[in-house]
Amino acid sequence: MGDTIAAISTPQGEGGIGIVRISGEDALNIMKKLLTPCPVNVKPRYAYYGNICRVDSDEIIDEAICLYMKAPHSYTCEDVVEIQAHGGTLSIRMILRAVLEAGARMAEPGEFTKLAFLNGRMDLAQAEAVIDVIKAKSELPLQIAERQLKGRLGAEVQNIRESLRDVLAQMAVNIDFPDEDIEQVEFEKFREDLTSVAERVKKLLDTCDNGRIAKEGIRVAIVGKPNVGKSSLMNALLGEERAIVTNIPGTTRDTIEESANIHGIPLVLTDTAGIRETADVIEQIGIRKSHEEMEAADLIILVLDGSDRLSQEDLEILKQNREQKVLVILNKEDLGTTIQEADINQVIPNAEILRTSLLSMDGADVVVQRIEKMFVSGIVNMTERNIVTSERHRDALERGMASLKDSIHLLEIQEPIEICELEAHNAYEALGEIVGETAGEEILDTVFSKFCLGK
Amino acid sequence: MTKDNMNKDNIPVMGTYDVIVVGAGHAGCEAGLIAARMGMNTLLLCINLESVAMMPCNPSIGGTGKGHLVCEIDALGGEMGLNIDKTFLQSKMLNTSKGPAVHSLRAQADKNRYHLEMKKTIEQEPNLHLKQAEVTDLVIENGEVQGVVTRTFTRYNAKAVILCTGTFLGGKIFIGDSVFQSGPNGLAASTELSEKLYEYGFPMRRFKTGTPARMLGKTLHYERMKEQNGDDEIVPFSFMNEGKDIGENQISCWLSYTNGETHKIILDNLDKSAMYSGNIVGVGPRYCPSIEDKVSRFKDRERHQLFVEPEGLDTDEMYIQGMSSSLPEDIQREFYHSIPGLEDAEIVRPAYAIEYDCIDPLSLKPSLENKIVKNLFCAGQFNGSSGYEEAAAQGLMAGINAVRKIQEKTPLILGRDQAYIGVLIDDLVTKGTNEPYRIMTSRAEYRLLLRQDNADRRLTTLGYEYGSVSEERYQKFMEKKTHVDEEMNRISKKNVATEVQNEFLRNHGSSESEKNLTFAEMMKRPEIHYADTAEIDDETRPSLTRNERYEIEVRIKYDGYIQKQVAQVEKLKKLESKSLREDIDYNGIGGLRLEARQKLTEIRPVNLGQASRISGVSPADINVLLIYLEKESRKETSHE
Repeated sequence: MGDTIAAISTPQGEGGIGIVRISGEDALNIMKKLLTPCPVNVKPRYAYYGNICRVDSDEIIDEAICLYMKAPHSYTCEDVVEIQAHGGTLSIRMILRAVLEAGARMAEPGEFTKLAFLNGRMDLAQAEAVIDVIKAKSELPLQIAERQLKGRLGAEVQNIRESLRDVLAQMAVNIDFPDEDIEQVEFEKFREDLTSVAERVKKLLDTCDNGRIAKEGIRVAIVGKPNVGKSSLMNALLGEERAIVTNIPGTTRDTIEESANIHGIPLVLTDTAGIRETADVIEQIGIRKSHEEMEAADLIILVLDGSDRLSQEDLEILKQNREQKVLVILNKEDLGTTIQEADINQVIPNAEILRTSLLSMDGADVVVQRIEKMFVSGIVNMTERNIVTSERHRDALERGMASLKDSIHLLEIQEPIEICELEAHNAYEALGEIVGETAGEEILDTVFSKFCLGK
Repeated sequence: MTKDNMNKDNIPVMGTYDVIVVGAGHAGCEAGLIAARMGMNTLLLCINLESVAMMPCNPSIGGTGKGHLVCEIDALGGEMGLNIDKTFLQSKMLNTSKGPAVHSLRAQADKNRYHLEMKKTIEQEPNLHLKQAEVTDLVIENGEVQGVVTRTFTRYNAKAVILCTGTFLGGKIFIGDSVFQSGPNGLAASTELSEKLYEYGFPMRRFKTGTPARMLGKTLHYERMKEQNGDDEIVPFSFMNEGKDIGENQISCWLSYTNGETHKIILDNLDKSAMYSGNIVGVGPRYCPSIEDKVSRFKDRERHQLFVEPEGLDTDEMYIQGMSSSLPEDIQREFYHSIPGLEDAEIVRPAYAIEYDCIDPLSLKPSLENKIVKNLFCAGQFNGSSGYEEAAAQGLMAGINAVRKIQEKTPLILGRDQAYIGVLIDDLVTKGTNEPYRIMTSRAEYRLLLRQDNADRRLTTLGYEYGSVSEERYQKFMEKKTHVDEEMNRISKKNVATEVQNEFLRNHGSSESEKNLTFAEMMKRPEIHYADTAEIDDETRPSLTRNERYEIEVRIKYDGYIQKQVAQVEKLKKLESKSLREDIDYNGIGGLRLEARQKLTEIRPVNLGQASRISGVSPADINVLLIYLEKESRKETSHE
């Protein structure tokens, strides 16, 4: 049986349309399980409109159009189904999740392209390009995952793995050293230990509950005086006009929170009200919230009008955030370069500084690239939060959880220990995928460090 | 690296063979026998003929994982299983409280008879010539081995040479402060060959192992120890002995424990142990620690167990399993005497640690041929493994593959899903090892598939195709296979009237079923066994051997789990089916990460499956290789 793979094939982040692509023998079957109504005879290259629900559930995730492309007339030369639904991080991820639950597995980075090449869809000249795609697609997520894992999530996954490793080591001793003078641990103890491991995995899984997905990520506060281009930046990052952009100071009266995703890096953007002394009560509330946002942020983007002088107010903001990670954008480069980098560095010596013009398309791209770089290089991270944000991580946790449950069940019905061990081992492997480690010698290392064995 | 050494032309050539095996321990015996049986004129050289198939450490064969290896060696036409069946003193199936995948047979051996029987078998083998000689040099021309030179300035030529030098190579024994060159058991070490191998630039290593003291049985107090008996039912190792009476248990072993006094003596004298004096540079195995290691590393343990095991019927020497040491002799005597049962023991051979030279197995191909010198094969402890069974398994494979190489045929490479032998060799040549390597069932991913009971089903046909299995063995296997398959087929259809069925189920404490169940369906229940179904069966039921019945039982009971593993194997096979040529320039493949390039260049995996197991090669690297292979194959097609 060949694998059926699935992934979101539209760029991550906010967008008008989101597409989940499914490729493999089971693709059509999965479409039939999820789409209602769905005709018995799905014709290739016809569009089918309906609702997407999870398997065995009436709860509608989104309305969608499904397209079926029959092998070999598809991108991968396999059966392909595309589910086109509304864009936006949450709903499209929910649809992907439903597809995985229905039997697909998460595609590896660049896997569709790889299949397209291997199945003869692309010619030899494109081979290098295919390698580049695979490389690019696997490297960035890897770096991002590594960053995320430096934080509490990674630490917790490692802790859980260590507990599981101890159980596996004890099981290995039971099996491989039957006549050693070591307490042979009973099924009941294994069951208890695995149950406690499963509870901890469940807690992690709970963090990726629907509502929270959209709101978790690197918290980025965009601050600055009114009318320096904060909203333009926000819009550039979101790719559409959300905040009202006018040249009247104080237009943004409340903090606006939006989720964005820069090449897989989840961001929570807050566009704050302008910060200035004001008599307007409503605006004052906004300003207070701005201060709170700044304190909670993982990254502060201070937007300054580079063509203007550095005002007292700007200096205040700089001083207030001396301890934070700050990216200073000297906007309106086209209008002049009055503020110098040195002026900023006097207050915050190692501030990241970028001179650009946010109204130009390139200007926004430069900012996006800089944020990405800061994240990948570790200048910015979300170390304090214990949250599963990646669908890949969630998928691995789900599989780990399923294996743990199987193992616990097998222990309960007293199946042979080497069979119970297999499932526990599968769980260990699944957790290992999250932290990028495959099970190697470490279980045996644990066996020999914890137990006195040998003839 | 290896400079050709052609100035050996003036040494008289004493003979020309197809295959020369250097060393006649457990690896060498299997290598020599299989090469001869596959039709090669074979020379087996041994530094001392008294050490053919010698067991210089524990007097037993088998155990967890190791028992599996012996069954696999047997299924492929090797000798170990047959030889231990002839010479066992006590037989025990380990892990019977667990599932069938980890049942492991272990037998106490009569050491001297084991040696004599193996020697006799070798002497009787038509194409095999056993001679006493110490090999001191290899003849290598144009990167290809041509023969060997011996201590007595004679030369033997051959198309292939297999090195199975064991602990003889550069052997050095440690007892307290006493350090001397020696092979195992006080036999002469082989030092000159060792120097030559270093000189030629082979990546050599130094490993260490140890053995406990031997004592005279008549000086022990057995009443102070706990008797350990063998099983009532004796199960032979060899598939050739299925259904045969191979004899009874003839001895008992004895269990005793160390105590606080033992530990105090050891800890007080730790500085006198060779292990702690810094004299030993070799790396020892973690699963076989000396008693001083155990006591100092696990200080809160009140006692450590030890087994007293007879070495044979014609000797009163007893082996003290669990108590190897490199402490001085006087301290050894003191701590051994502190143990109940051993108070008055007369030690006839002291415990010792032994260091020896071996090769980094990463320099070998999965066929066990050396990557640098053609037609030079390596096996056993020389490859960094430990254990008689591990050695024998490699000896057999090196023997088969040396012959295949001479015949210009593809080597026999066993997959991790096919055999523990496959796991053992793949681990060694893909991951290397930092300590003497021992097989363990937990090293195998597809444990449920790799059982002792089905070793013949996994390997005998393959061995027959590759030429290592005799016609007799193959016919015997085919007969068993037919019996089992026919019976599996019959019971998957056979049923009885529902009333009869339900009465039967009730009688065996199983719940009734409205549905009419086949025998196979009923046997899926833990409480219903194949033997039980005889009660409601008819005259079509065949009479089967123990192993045939057992295989049927296991295959039905564990079908679900077995199928799950089979599905996992399918994924592995996809990668294993993609071969990687030996001469690929990994540095020229864009997209591979630097570490992957280095590792792939060093190890030169034979297929993508092996590549994926190299540490430092990521899934993305494997994808890059996959694209590269596809690209190359399309180029080839377009050139044709």
